[in-house]
Formats: sequence, structure tokens, C-alpha cells
Amino acid sequence: MSRQLSKPWVKAIRWLLILPYIGLLWVPFYNRVEPVLFGFPFFYWYQLAWVPLTAFLTWIVYRSVRHDD
Amino acid sequence: MTTSIDMTALAVFIFFFALVTVLGFVASRWRKPKTLAHIDEWGLGGRSFGTWITWFLVGGDFYTAYTVIAVPALVYTVGAYGFFALPYTIIVYPLVFLVMPLLWKRAKDHGYVTAGDVVHGQYGSRALELTVAVTGVIATMPYIALQLVGMTAALKALGLHGEIPLAIAFIVLAVYTYSAGLRAPALIAFVKDIMIYIVVIAAVALIPSKLGGYANVFASADAAFQAKGSGNLLLGGNQYVAYATLALGSALAAFMYPHTLTGIFASNSGDTIRKNAVLLPAYTLLLGLLALLGYMGHAAGLKLESANDVVPALFQSLFPSWFAGFAFAAIAIGALVPAAVMSIGAANLFTRNFWKAYVNPQVTDEGEAKVAKITSLLVKVGALLVIVLLPTQFALDLQLLGGIWILQTLPALVFGLYTNWFRAPALLAGWFVGFFGGTYLVWDANWKPLHVIGFGENQFTIYTGLLALAANIAVACIINALVPARTAIARA
Repeated sequence: MSRQLSKPWVKAIRWLLILPYIGLLWVPFYNRVEPVLFGFPFFYWYQLAWVPLTAFLTWIVYRSVRHDD
Repeated sequence: MTTSIDMTALAVFIFFFALVTVLGFVASRWRKPKTLAHIDEWGLGGRSFGTWITWFLVGGDFYTAYTVIAVPALVYTVGAYGFFALPYTIIVYPLVFLVMPLLWKRAKDHGYVTAGDVVHGQYGSRALELTVAVTGVIATMPYIALQLVGMTAALKALGLHGEIPLAIAFIVLAVYTYSAGLRAPALIAFVKDIMIYIVVIAAVALIPSKLGGYANVFASADAAFQAKGSGNLLLGGNQYVAYATLALGSALAAFMYPHTLTGIFASNSGDTIRKNAVLLPAYTLLLGLLALLGYMGHAAGLKLESANDVVPALFQSLFPSWFAGFAFAAIAIGALVPAAVMSIGAANLFTRNFWKAYVNPQVTDEGEAKVAKITSLLVKVGALLVIVLLPTQFALDLQLLGGIWILQTLPALVFGLYTNWFRAPALLAGWFVGFFGGTYLVWDANWKPLHVIGFGENQFTIYTGLLALAANIAVACIINALVPARTAIARA
């Protein structure tokens, strides 16, 4: 079950967690209507899309850390 | 919205309310410990909750009944700006993932129950401990009161007016929390969260088809905003910074509250917390969809007395009465879980960081549990009196300040996990500036948590809590650098 990655990699993978902050706090990037998806303006579906995306990124980081506590 | 009594809806409501009441009392025998007369058992469920219990408990406790009512109401009123709750509840989880397992470990290793315990252990300062504890209690009290606002909206839609139904519900809650401690909301959270999931999924799947699809929902909201001349489907250029700082500041504050920390400390491992940081965003998806109910309110052409009625009114007008009763029960029960955990968190703080620190340092484990149980009762009665006797706006303003206040405990609680550089006097000074400076700015802005700052030509509207936190950290750093350590490290 040892999926332990070498140390520098673990540290680097943690930086994935910065992505949701960049993606969501830079508001001008997504404050628009087009492209519309299933009737949702971009502003809405873009932010909703970050929910599964953040969970996925966190899961990738989760796999790289030790689980012994 | 009609507010006469619908017997079918009321019967469904009473059935589910009775169900969780039974569960609340059964909870004292659930995962039965050797004794409940210990604050670790009563107040933290024996630190034994695994991934699923923690998921339901923290989810049920963080996404409150007030959220279910207030977020759609805000979106109904102002549009896109009210959506900041979504980025807020996304970016909170990477923080939980990175910070909370460390905090959990510190608490577990030393037997800490509250944020005050952690701070006292780190800095050996009774003053800083008391500051963190008092801030936690006063930030939580109005939050409990707001759960009653959420419950009132559901009861009103059922045709139950006045304070008596509210008081009955809350007293029942107080009694089973008294006897079962954190096990009661943990068990009830299963029922509450499953009900809320059913309600929201039904709502977002069925309501748009009755209202001509999502495109029409957004178009009707847009038309309504233009007709009344306020609100918008997108943010105005001057709202960008406010939106982003509200999201970030709220995310930093979220897990400083006693009720969320209680959920963290009650889990059985750091790994449980990390798994939950991956799994809890499911609730955020729910919240984002729920927020859209605000726009559906416009598409359904609801005429509302108060924006807080938008969710109940939608269910009443678009669903059969049995399902409306189910939805109202979900919202009302949704108020019980956070109210219970909040009162437990506040009671733990009082017991550990005031009673044990100042009144009776020799208190036994059994005595601690007893004090915490009685305090949890008093806290709930206090919240009930606030709602019954004072205008609701008072609780709303206080809750808003509470978010700014609790954020000022972050440096004391979190920095010590990473560095031993900071000392108590500096952190106290930082807290003082952040707490009172932030409060002043909010008061000065007529109880708005936003402050305008200018850099030359450019003006930004920024969340006051974040501004106060920046001042807090800056003051703490400066004082710590200037004032020499009198004694070499007070920590034992």
C-alpha cells in the first residue's frame, strides 16, 4: 500500500491547492455571461465547476500525503 | 405566501420532528462510552467520529438552516453578489486540509477541548486564552439566535405563528443535548442532511421545468432586477474586490468558530479530516444550487413580504403540501444540529477556559461535564430570549460582527502550529487592534462589513474582517519584534 512519493514531489503537489484561490478570487476573469451552458451564464457554471475540481485537486494531494495519524 | 395551517404539511412536519426528537434521546446510548460524565465524551463525542459521521456532522453544522434561508434570500434581493457564499465554501477546504489535521493532532496529544486550551498550551498565557474563549462565545451567541430565524421562517410557512412553537422546539433540543452531548446532533445530522439533499435535488430538478428551464429562470431574474433598478446577474466593477475579500475572509474565519472546531476535534484522526476536506464540497454544490432558488423566486413571480420567505414560498406554491411539509421539517431540523453544536462549543469554552481557569481549577472530569451541560442549557435559553425580546436585526448585525471578531483569533490559534516566534503580548495587542478596529469600522459604515479604501485614483471596497486581520497580524509582528522576550520561552 506504499504509494509514498519522494519528499520534493510531495511538497510540489501541495501547490495544486493554490489553484482554486487563483481561479475564484480573480473575479474579472469570470464575471461575464458568455459562454452560456445549459442556460447557466458563465459566472454561475464556472464557479459551480470549481466545486468538483477543487475536490479532485484535494484528492490528488491527499493521495500523496502520509495517512498514519 | 399563504400562512394558514395545512394539515398534511403539518402532519409530515410533526412526524419528522418527532423522529429526530426520539433520535436525540437515543443518542446518549449510541456508541456508548464507559461514562458520559467527562467533557471529552459529552462535548467531543469521545473524539471517536470516523469519516462518515464527521462528514454528516460538520456538513450539518457548517451549512446551517440560516444558510438555507438567507443565501437564496440574498441572491433573490441582490443577485450575483449574494453568490460569494459559493467561492467561500470552496476555498475553505484546502485550508481545512492543510491546517486542521495539525490542530487536531495538537488537541489530541494534549487533551485540549477548545481553541482556548490550544492557545493556553502554546503560549502559557491566561489572558490570551480568555480573550480567544470570550471571542468564541460572543461570536457564537448571535449565530445560534440566527438558527432560530431560519426555523421561524419554516414554522411561519406551516402556519405556526408566535413564539410558542419555536420555544417548544428549542427546549426539546436543549433537553436532549443536555443528556447526550455531541452525540445528539451527530446522530440527528444523518436525518437532517439526507432530508436537505432530497429537498434541494428535487427543487433544482423539478422547479426549473415548471418555470421554463434555467435559461428562463435567469432571464426572469434579470428582468426583475432591471424593473426594480437594483440587483444584477453579474457583479458591478466596484464589487470585484468586495466579492473576493468576502469569500476569502469568510473562508479564513469559518473553522475558527467553536462549532466547526468542535466537529474537527471530535473526529478520530487527521486522516479523517483530510478525507472530509475532499468529501465536504458535496455540500457546497448543494449550497450553490440552493442559492439559485433565489432566482427561481423571480421566475415564479412570488410576491413576498420579506426576502427570507423566498424558499418556503417556492415550496408552498410549486410542490404538493406533503412535500412542502417535508421541506419545512428539513429546514427546521437543519436549525437544530448547528444550534446544538454551537451551544456545546460555547459551553466547552466556558467550562475549560473560564470555570476551570478561574472558578474551580480542581474541578473533576465529572464536574467539568456537569458545568458544560448546564452552560449549554443557559446558552440556548439566552439565544431564545434574544430572538423573542430583541429585534431580529440586532441578531443579524451581531452575527455579522461575529464573523469579523472570530477572524481575529486566527493568528493566536493557527500561527503557533507553524512557528514559536510569536509571544502572547504581541498576539493580544494584534487581537485588540483587529477586534476593536474592525468593530469601529463596521459601526462607522452603518453596520456594513465593507470598507472603502483608496490608492490614489483607485477605490476599493474591501471586507472589513480581512482588513482588521491584516492590521491584527501587522501589529502582532511589530510588537513581537520590538518587545524583547523577557523570560526565555514561557512554554513548559
